[in-house]
Amino acid sequence: MVIIRRTFLALLLALAALGAQAQNRFIVVASTTSTEQSGLFSHLLPVFEKKSGIQVRVVALGTGQALDLARRGDADVVFVHARAAEEKFLAEGHGVRRYPVMYNDFVLIGPKVDSAKIAGGKDIIDALKKIESARAAFVSRGDNSGTHIAELDLWKASGIDLAKARGPWYRDTGQGMGPALNTAASMNAYLLADRGTWLAFKNRGDLEILVQGDRRLNNQYGVMLVNLEKHPTVKRDLGQSFIDWLVSPEGQKTISDYKIGGEQLFFPNAGQVGV
Amino acid sequence: MNSFSEAAGQTFSLLASADAKLVDIVLLSLRMSITAALIGGVIGLPLGAVIAVNEFRGRRTLIVILNALMGLPSVVVGLLVYLLLSRAGPLGSWGILFTPTAIIIAQTILIMPTLAALSRQVIGDAWHEYREQLRSLGETKLGAAPTLLWDLKFSLVTIVLAGFGRAISEVGAVMIVGGNIDGVTRVMTTTIALETSKGDLPLALGLGFILLFIVLALNAAAYVVNDTAQRRYG
Repeated sequence: MVIIRRTFLALLLALAALGAQAQNRFIVVASTTSTEQSGLFSHLLPVFEKKSGIQVRVVALGTGQALDLARRGDADVVFVHARAAEEKFLAEGHGVRRYPVMYNDFVLIGPKVDSAKIAGGKDIIDALKKIESARAAFVSRGDNSGTHIAELDLWKASGIDLAKARGPWYRDTGQGMGPALNTAASMNAYLLADRGTWLAFKNRGDLEILVQGDRRLNNQYGVMLVNLEKHPTVKRDLGQSFIDWLVSPEGQKTISDYKIGGEQLFFPNAGQVGV
Repeated sequence: MNSFSEAAGQTFSLLASADAKLVDIVLLSLRMSITAALIGGVIGLPLGAVIAVNEFRGRRTLIVILNALMGLPSVVVGLLVYLLLSRAGPLGSWGILFTPTAIIIAQTILIMPTLAALSRQVIGDAWHEYREQLRSLGETKLGAAPTLLWDLKFSLVTIVLAGFGRAISEVGAVMIVGGNIDGVTRVMTTTIALETSKGDLPLALGLGFILLFIVLALNAAAYVVNDTAQRRYG
C-alpha cells in the first residue's frame, strides 16, 4: 500500500511540475464570447504581449459565467459587457475598479422573409412587440451573458412579460453567441446579437440585420482588476498593466484599428463618464 | 453537400500549408491524450487485474460501478475537476487550472473507469480459464495478476487505445478545465467547437477530418506494432 501511495504522490508531483514549468509572466482574463469570437483578441493581444512580455490567457465565457469565474479567484482580470452585473461584482468586493473600454452595439437579426415585418425600423421596442404579437420564432441566448441580459432588459422595456408571453416561438438555447446564430440561421429565427460577432460570423444563411441604430442597443464593455484582498493569488501588477494599456491611447487606437471588411467593430471610449 | 466539398478543400489546404499553429494544436492534443492514456493504463490496468483475480466483499458492486462509470458524462468530470482545481477549491493552491496539466487530470479521470472495467473483463475471462493451470504452477493470486497482465498485453493495448480515443475526442471537460486558451490549452476538439461558433463550418469540419485522420493513423501504427510483436513473440 505504501508503494502505491508513494507512486501516486510522485505522479501528482510530476504533474504539478509539468504545469508549473509554464511561463510565469501571464495573466488569466475572463472575458466574453463576443470579444473572442469576433476576433478582437487575436488582433489586440499580440500587440500587448509584444510590448509588455506578459502573456494574456483569455477564457471566453458569457458575462455572467466570466464574473462567477473571477468570484472564485480563477481570473486576474474580467473584461465583460453588462454594467449592472459588473457593478454588483464591485459592490461585493470582488473587483477593484471598473474602467469603461469600448462600445459597439447590438443588432436585431432576422430572416429575409421577415414574417413580423420589422425590417428597416429603428425602434427596437416596437420591433420586439411585433415579433411577440406575430409569434415569430425568436432565439434567445438564455445563458446569463451580457447579450442575454441586454435582451431581457429590452423585453422588459417593451412591457412584455416573458414569463407569460413565452411559448414555442421563444427558443431559449443556453448557448454562446456563435452557436445561437447557427441555431437562428438554421430555423430562420430572429435574435439579438452583438455587431462584432455578427460581422465575423460566416454561416449567415438567410439572416440579415433588420433593426439597428436605436440608442437603447448600445453595448458598453468594461474591464476590472480582481481584488487582491479577496483573492490573494491575483497578479495585481501584471493585471493592472494590461488594464492600463487597454485604456491608454495606444490600446484604444489598436481597438479602433480592428476592422472586418473595412467596418470597425469596436469603438474605444475609455475615460468617458457615466458609461 | 456544398459544405462537404468545401470542408474537403479546407482539409487539403490545411494539410498542404502545414500551418504552424495547427501543428502546435495537433501536437498538444496528442501529448495530452497520450499522457492521459498512459497514466490511465498504469493505474487502470493493474486495478482491473486485481479486481479480476481477487475475491472480496463488495466486489460485484464495485464491478457494476466501474462498468457504469464507463458512461461518465465528460461535462460532469470537467465540473468536478474544475471545482477541485479552482482557487476556491481544495487544490486551488496548486494553481494548475487552465493548464495542460488540468486537462490531463480530467482526461485521466474520464478514461480510468473504461480502462479498469475492460481490463477487468478481459483478465477475468482469462483467469477463469487458466486458474487451475496457474495454481498448479504455484502462482499465488498476488502473482497471477501481473502474469495475466503480461500474457494479455496484446488485448490490453486495444483497451488503452480505446482510452486514448475517448481522451482525444473529448470536448466538454477539456473546455471547462482548460478554458480553450489560445496557444496554451486549445486542442483539436475545442478548436473545432470554436470555429463552429464562428460559423465557419467548412473549416470546423476540415479540422474534424484531420483529427479523424490522426486518430486513424495512430491506431493503424499501434495495430501494426501489436500484430508484428504478436507474431514474433505471441
